Amino acid sequence: MGGEFFGAAWLQYALSGVTIGAIYALVAIGYNIIYNVTEIINFAQGEFVMLGGLFGVFYYQTCGLPLVLAVLSAVVTVGVVGLLLERYVIRRARHATVLSMIIVTIAFSILLKGGAMLAWGKDPYRLPAFSRGGVFLWQGVAVQPQALWVLGISAVVVAALTLFFRKSFYGKAMLACADNPSAARLVGIPVRTMVLLSFALSATVGAVAGAVICPITLMEYDRGALLGLKGFGAAVLGGLGQFSGALVAGIVLGLSESFCAGYLSSGYKDAVALVLLLSALFFKPEGLFGSKEAAGLKRF
Amino acid sequence: MISRERAAFLALTVFLAAFPWLAGVSRSFSHYTDVMIFAGIFCVVTIGLSLLMGFAGQISLAQAAFFGIGAYGSGILTVHFHWNPWGALLVGALAAAAVAWLVGKPALRLKGHYLAMATLGFGVIVHIIINEEVDWTGGPSGFGGIPSLTIAGRKLTGDVAWFYLVWGLALLVFLFSRHVLHSRIGRALRAIHDDEKAAEAMGVPVSTLKVQVFIYSAVLASMAGSLYAHYVSFLSPGSFDLMWSIRFVLMVVVGGMQSLWGALVGTVFLTFVGNEWLQVFADFEILVYGGLLLLIALFVPQGLVVWLQGIVDRRHNIRETPSDGGS
Repeated sequence: MGGEFFGAAWLQYALSGVTIGAIYALVAIGYNIIYNVTEIINFAQGEFVMLGGLFGVFYYQTCGLPLVLAVLSAVVTVGVVGLLLERYVIRRARHATVLSMIIVTIAFSILLKGGAMLAWGKDPYRLPAFSRGGVFLWQGVAVQPQALWVLGISAVVVAALTLFFRKSFYGKAMLACADNPSAARLVGIPVRTMVLLSFALSATVGAVAGAVICPITLMEYDRGALLGLKGFGAAVLGGLGQFSGALVAGIVLGLSESFCAGYLSSGYKDAVALVLLLSALFFKPEGLFGSKEAAGLKRF
Repeated sequence: MISRERAAFLALTVFLAAFPWLAGVSRSFSHYTDVMIFAGIFCVVTIGLSLLMGFAGQISLAQAAFFGIGAYGSGILTVHFHWNPWGALLVGALAAAAVAWLVGKPALRLKGHYLAMATLGFGVIVHIIINEEVDWTGGPSGFGGIPSLTIAGRKLTGDVAWFYLVWGLALLVFLFSRHVLHSRIGRALRAIHDDEKAAEAMGVPVSTLKVQVFIYSAVLASMAGSLYAHYVSFLSPGSFDLMWSIRFVLMVVVGGMQSLWGALVGTVFLTFVGNEWLQVFADFEILVYGGLLLLIALFVPQGLVVWLQGIVDRRHNIRETPSDGGS
């Protein structure tokens, strides 16, 4: 990867760090959506990302759809998977303890991973970049146009979701469900529908992440767990439930990973995000941007 | 109830004592002894996990990491430093205890989802280290030549000897854990499961106890890992990854978290499922595991043992005391 001279190298690492960080941010946002509405952490979140990429490949290569349509179809399909997860799995376990809820979402993630392995095998797959034109040089740094797509789409998703939850009627109704489900029901909010919506939305965001990163990093059936874990790291670091916090924390994670790979050891790059996750959990579980009081109110 | 459990334990002991002989009767069963050795090794892990999850209510998705610390500790000390396997086992267990203390002290302040993710993250870190430290662990290609255990200067050879060693240890661990559960500590653990704050108010040293149980489960996992290393003599990182941590949880959940018998039954059952009955559809294994875990968690959350016990009790019209805690 590295450029010919030292000055360009760090910029190169920074660029790839920000790109992968944007993906972690999207995964983190997937956690946040469900958490904001139900206070559940969905351990299958990483699997949605994997499925987004692989369904994109399926619609593009196997069905021969145009790329834009393939990606959209993939996102919709995974959204439906999220819907099914809520309707047929989570809803049944509604009154279970936190421990069973964890086990239920882990079980679902294993099913998705196993299903993906049977459907696509163990090979990694690639989607073509979203726009034509190859790598170009900027300040001595090789820039993949797809990286710009990743950044742009992530920024749009974060902005749209923030607006949705802050301003829109539905968004506010969804937030009310997490705060106090019975009170929300009393004022006429269909809590069940909102929970259903949150799972679909979260799966959709995960699938977007998987589809946009697929041209750069490839996608295979067993990438979900690690992506999910790093995304959770970003969610915690940014303060669980905070969209802009997730974006910043995701990019911090991506950058530290990328610099570790560049300057220290590429083998340990995956451990960096996890060490950060553990330090965040151990020393600052409310995250960098969450308030301590708010964290104290939540059940985790 | 107590006497019934004692009878069950006696029956189990007799069955295990006769098992190698029973399996030896027919050629098609003779390798069951081998499968049962693995089941016994895993039982040592899952009994500890059952104490942690079922009784103290704390989830750990890192048991494969402690299993790995024991296995690689044994492997590295015996192969690179020519230690005695028993010494290596002991040092591995101490190392696991130290790591569990370091990780458990901050991690067990977390609850539910956060604790699960923290242990998950820790487990993956250990797996990465095993993969990366190629000079010590052989990395992804694994490393072999780990010597077998010796007893009184003689190498432990043959499945039957290993069977008795492993199951002897498993039964000891079972008895000891059962003893712990029926003591003051056991009652305190159940109190923690039900309501931490109330337990704290009653004077239960909640955080100390949680860390102690975590360390206990880690030491058991590490010892089991050492046995595994000396038995199979070859280690590769695949046996210590996240999926194995989930398998251990699955073994406990399938049998039933709230009973040590559950861990025993679930472990033997799933080891046979994995090693024996699923060989036909190798690629479906992961799907079956996921489906099983989902079905059990949704429909039989108390696990197979407690569920069957309930059916038997109802048939005998015995009134059961209400089981403690949710599931």
